[in-house]
Amino acid sequence: MEKILQVKDLELSFNTQAGEVKAIRGVNFDLNKGETLAIVGESGSGKSVTTKSIMRLLPEQSAEFKNGEILFGGRDLTKLSDKEMQKIRGKEISMIFQDPMTSLNPTMPIGRQLTEPLLKHQKISKTEAKKVAIDLLRLVGMPKPELRMKQYPHQFSGGQRQRIVIAISLACNPKILIADEPTTALDVTIQAQILELMKDLQKKIDTSIIFITHDLGVVANVADRVAVMYGGKIVEIGTVDEVFYNPQHPYTWGLLSSMPSLDTEDAKLYAIPGTPPDLLDPPKGDAFALRSEYALKIDMEQNPPFFKVSETHSAATWLLHPDAPQVEPPLTVIERMKKFPGSRYYEGGAV
Amino acid sequence: MAKYIGKRLIYMVITLALIATFTFFLMKILPGSPVASADKLSPEQRAVVEARYGLDKPLPVQYFDYMFGLVQGDLGISINQFKGADVTDVILSRMGPSAQIGFQGMVLGTVLGILLGMIAALRQNTWIDYTSTFVAIVGISIPSFVFASLLQYWFGLKWDLFPVALWKDGFMSSVLPSVALAMFPLATAARFIRTEMIEVLGSDYITLAKAKGASGSEIAFKHAFRNALIPLITVLGPMAVAILTGSLVVEQIFAIPGIGEQFVKSIMVNDFAIIMGTTIFFSVFLIVIILLVDILYGVIDPRIRLSGGKN
Repeated sequence: MEKILQVKDLELSFNTQAGEVKAIRGVNFDLNKGETLAIVGESGSGKSVTTKSIMRLLPEQSAEFKNGEILFGGRDLTKLSDKEMQKIRGKEISMIFQDPMTSLNPTMPIGRQLTEPLLKHQKISKTEAKKVAIDLLRLVGMPKPELRMKQYPHQFSGGQRQRIVIAISLACNPKILIADEPTTALDVTIQAQILELMKDLQKKIDTSIIFITHDLGVVANVADRVAVMYGGKIVEIGTVDEVFYNPQHPYTWGLLSSMPSLDTEDAKLYAIPGTPPDLLDPPKGDAFALRSEYALKIDMEQNPPFFKVSETHSAATWLLHPDAPQVEPPLTVIERMKKFPGSRYYEGGAV
Repeated sequence: MAKYIGKRLIYMVITLALIATFTFFLMKILPGSPVASADKLSPEQRAVVEARYGLDKPLPVQYFDYMFGLVQGDLGISINQFKGADVTDVILSRMGPSAQIGFQGMVLGTVLGILLGMIAALRQNTWIDYTSTFVAIVGISIPSFVFASLLQYWFGLKWDLFPVALWKDGFMSSVLPSVALAMFPLATAARFIRTEMIEVLGSDYITLAKAKGASGSEIAFKHAFRNALIPLITVLGPMAVAILTGSLVVEQIFAIPGIGEQFVKSIMVNDFAIIMGTTIFFSVFLIVIILLVDILYGVIDPRIRLSGGKN
């Protein structure tokens, strides 16, 4: 499979008055052509910062690349000048943001906001750009697109605005689309519509998507692969089935156990105890160890390397080391693993 | 829109009537009379003069006479300051210099203020930003008359670049008073634009514009500027007031034959008709500015297009 983006050993810090906040502490992943990679994790785990660093949208004064590279089309994005990045943003890589209510310019008609990237990146006339913009609006399911070109953002609903933002991001047929929690601010029925739209469009224009979310239900719906982030690192990465039905990292177990489901009979929903690590002074070993009931002694001292579970699946936990003791995952996770061929609890059948 | 403006015009007339009434009675409460200052008149002569200007009639009659004249556009005649001249003519003939320095001061102040604020916001926490803050604090805290005297001393007396106080050389004479008047709008605009630009530059739609590949200047001017202007429009009204009240003093200092200078003198000599006329003129001016500001809002920000506007 063709790798379109490679993130290698990425480390990034914010220089603040309190000190150096190590927001990304060695992140590795590849993005294949045409696939959807979901990045999940709690607030502050570094998922947004990772994608914003790919787009180089972080404040230049405080954000600093410490190590690693982001390879795209043979170039290292961490080393490009702002001018060169401007040619990539919106054309090769584009982005959708969390809150459609605030991500459109309130004093500019949406038509102009749509044609802006077209006029910027493609050699076309204003009339042609307008035509393309109308087609884009039609593509994202906006009724009467010709009339709506002259309207302002406040004349649209939240779902419609997110459709417009999606139309803007797709204007130049980008190779990569980064969606930073695109459905979090929308209500559930609209969420489903937007997800369907994104899946549809992905097939039509054959783009790769990095989908950031903390909603595991959304992940199951849209993603091909999942990366779980915690404390500025990826702790587990694999296909959706592998991560959902054969999870290996205790943090992934915690995440899956805290997901409400219709058939769990427990009245009380599981919550991971404790708080996320302080990235001003990150823990020496496994960042999750302090909150984990499965932590080993070595977790406190040494950072776990990635252990391969399968060709596509790996996790950074000492529990996968050959000398580690066998531990029992939480019950809800065992229930899941029973459905996964290849897991040690497999009972037959298929996921 | 037409309906909205019509409604506002009716309110404006009511406001004006109230201001006229209030000023009229306030002045009648004040001690002194335009005639009393002429000590040498005998009681008989005094009665003749009072009768000529209608000052012998009972107060309610005087009030209704005045309001009746006002409705017809008659502001009365000057009692002692311009002896018998029509107040409307006095104001119109005095308007030129005031309007010139007021307009120049306002434009200079707002344009420079906006520029200063923009630069400060785009170069946040650098020496440019600190300089802009300093200029703004100075501009707000130093009264325009102090500033006017300093300008006279340095640019008029020491360096002899502009006339100290003389309304003879046309534009050259208007430079120093305009600069003195510009300081307050400059400082206000700089602070407002800086704060607002910083907030706007941190908003989601600016990040989206960046993600579209927009360059730094496109972001500042195409996306941020218009949104940062909205709060500034709000203070345009108060700024116009500052220019007006500032000009009362500044015109005195620079000996400009404008409305402000004439207004101050008319108060000193108790010329009722001139005081009333000038007050009403200033009120009309302010009320119109407030209406214009409200209309400008809608032009700049589509979210507050006035009721009845077409979508």
